[in-house]
Amino acid sequence: MEDYEITETLDVTGQNCPMPVVKTKQAVDELDAGAVLEVLATDPGSVSDLGGWAETTDGVELLDQDADEADGRYTHYVRKTE
Amino acid sequence: MSTDTPSADDGAAPSRAELEARVAELEAHVAELDAATDEDDGPPKMSIIATKGTLDMAYPPLILASTAAAFGYEVTVFHTFWGLDILHEERSKDLKLSAVGNPNMPLPNLLGALPGMDRLTTRMMEKRIADNDTATVEELLGTGLDMGVEFQACQMTIDLMGYDEADFYDGVTTGVGAATAIQDMAEADIQLLV
Repeated sequence: MEDYEITETLDVTGQNCPMPVVKTKQAVDELDAGAVLEVLATDPGSVSDLGGWAETTDGVELLDQDADEADGRYTHYVRKTE
Repeated sequence: MSTDTPSADDGAAPSRAELEARVAELEAHVAELDAATDEDDGPPKMSIIATKGTLDMAYPPLILASTAAAFGYEVTVFHTFWGLDILHEERSKDLKLSAVGNPNMPLPNLLGALPGMDRLTTRMMEKRIADNDTATVEELLGTGLDMGVEFQACQMTIDLMGYDEADFYDGVTTGVGAATAIQDMAEADIQLLV
């Protein structure tokens, strides 16, 4: 895993589909290229949804996902690449 | 008539010059096709037709529209008939869930047909939406508009339902008809009827 510094944090805890993906996209749009967004979520679907979104969408890269199922916390790290 | 064995007197094999000319021709054609593909390299498009105005059926077009916008799609949602209610500032806040016609409902259709049952099932659904922190119809619509989704209200059905253009949320496109929807669908990579 490469090192990266978190530029911004987006808190979408308590929010459900489609909001984690939609708000992540809106937050990424506000960032500069190279910035890394940390997304805090509680929606278990956000793991698959954000992964699929990052894979399909140009200009973003999913760096890491951290699923703490016991606590119901899902953290995602997305880099804006362009 | 067919034969599997090529016969020697099938005509002369093409000359090297003929083959070279043919290759050059095909290369030019491939280059043309490549150029054509590059031209429509704009964002992908999605076109949704929303025809239903019940509480449950308002969600799929709104969720898919905002999600597709997050994927970089240019999205248009053409609302017609009861689908107009999703864009109607007053009526969108009062969408109902039918107690009949859905065999998965926890009560038999016969009871569902009693007066007041639609109100009951709608309340139950609204409570679930609130308890589950699911976004409301109004929130999803606002998010879609923020993300550049074009919500269109079909003019013919606005008139048919007796609505006024001013009844709809700011940002909703009015004055459009079936031809606009067809044009959007023809250009879209994804077309859905909800």
